[in-house]
Amino acid sequence: MFDIDSYHKADTVDEAIALLSKNPDAVPIAGGTDVLVRLHGHNPDYRHLVDIHDVAELKNITMEPDGTIVIGSGVNFTDLAQSAIVSTNIPVLAEGGSSIGGPQVRNVATIGGNISNGAPSADAAPPLLVLNAHIELKGPEGFRRLPLHDFYQGPGQVDRKSGEIMTCLRIGSTDYKGWSGHYYKYAMRGAMDIATIGCAAACKIDGGRVAGIRLAFGVAGPTPLRCWRTEEKAQGSVADQTLLDLVSDSVLGDLRPRDSWRASKDFREQIITTLSERVLKEALNRNGVSIP
Amino acid sequence: MNRNISCTVNSKSMTWQIDIRMSLADVLREHGYTSVKEGCGVGECGACAVLIDDVAVDSCLYLAVWADGCNIRTTEGESKEGKLSPVQQAYLETGSVQCGFCTPGLVMASTSFVEQHKGQKVSREQIRKGLAGNLCRCTGYDGVVRAVEQCIDAEE
Repeated sequence: MFDIDSYHKADTVDEAIALLSKNPDAVPIAGGTDVLVRLHGHNPDYRHLVDIHDVAELKNITMEPDGTIVIGSGVNFTDLAQSAIVSTNIPVLAEGGSSIGGPQVRNVATIGGNISNGAPSADAAPPLLVLNAHIELKGPEGFRRLPLHDFYQGPGQVDRKSGEIMTCLRIGSTDYKGWSGHYYKYAMRGAMDIATIGCAAACKIDGGRVAGIRLAFGVAGPTPLRCWRTEEKAQGSVADQTLLDLVSDSVLGDLRPRDSWRASKDFREQIITTLSERVLKEALNRNGVSIP
Repeated sequence: MNRNISCTVNSKSMTWQIDIRMSLADVLREHGYTSVKEGCGVGECGACAVLIDDVAVDSCLYLAVWADGCNIRTTEGESKEGKLSPVQQAYLETGSVQCGFCTPGLVMASTSFVEQHKGQKVSREQIRKGLAGNLCRCTGYDGVVRAVEQCIDAEE
């Protein structure tokens, strides 16, 4: 039996907000694959729950008339990967989502939970960062939106204020139309493992030159991180081996990997340098630029 | 913290009083569905896998209250009138059972995989990926993969 002290079930977002406001110690539980694991380990921070597992309005994936893709926070990773909107327009997110856990976990674990728990290793985070995803939250004061990279505040810390629920992730059409992307998870095992390093790259090419490059890493710092300086340096470069060299030489300057029992800092740096080149190369390849 | 839930388990309607702190695995085992094993308790081994509305789920990481109104399938219900299900029969024929602890969960994960890939051509790699959420400490994976292959070939 789990150590749950109080439990309230919400059927709608507004009900969840009211329950979270009334119970400031409560955390939302959706898929449960993180929260119940914490409770299995008797973590006292998760003893008060507001259950949003069956809030139907959080489980939709839609495209707005202007092409913005809206992914409900309660969408699980199996439905995410099977969504035609996602696999056609932003396959990099399906790649990230499909590398999480095993099938049974992906059948229940939600994208909102993967982001809200603030894990530096979240496999959905690097793809969402290179898609310039925005988070929408709803709280007692109404809606607010912010870029995903601002939502992350530190290890396990996100900008979710008391009483708030993440409603959806939004990806604007200018952030995926003409872009190609790739995500690669480096882990010790081929499945059911936490990333040693996760790397996502996206690129847009115009006349053989870089019209835009985005790189993001998981487990390479206290939160999933974008490589802003490297991206800026690469802007306008000819898309060839020199670009890949520039990126792999510069990328560590944007990141802060550390030693942990899973892997040493030195090893992580080696993986980051190698992946930056390899993952970007594949993203370029998907945009019709093949570098031998 | 008690609540009533109504669900179908292996085609039988049930109404159970449960404690909201219980996992679905706890509740199923308490009612005699002991094919459901709790191995790791954290969603890594898959020994507790059951099908909820035909979707494979680790029942140890699933609150029992979420099963309200759902259709649950466990290994106990897979054989019909004394006849093993195609997946169970294939496990038997390929010798996929060693110590047997992981088998009920693997049977359910395999059943879900076979049902989802009816009439499709699947690779061994796809089968392995589809069963990646189930661990066998006897490492008897090869027989399991052959069992799933055999079921899918038979469906074609």
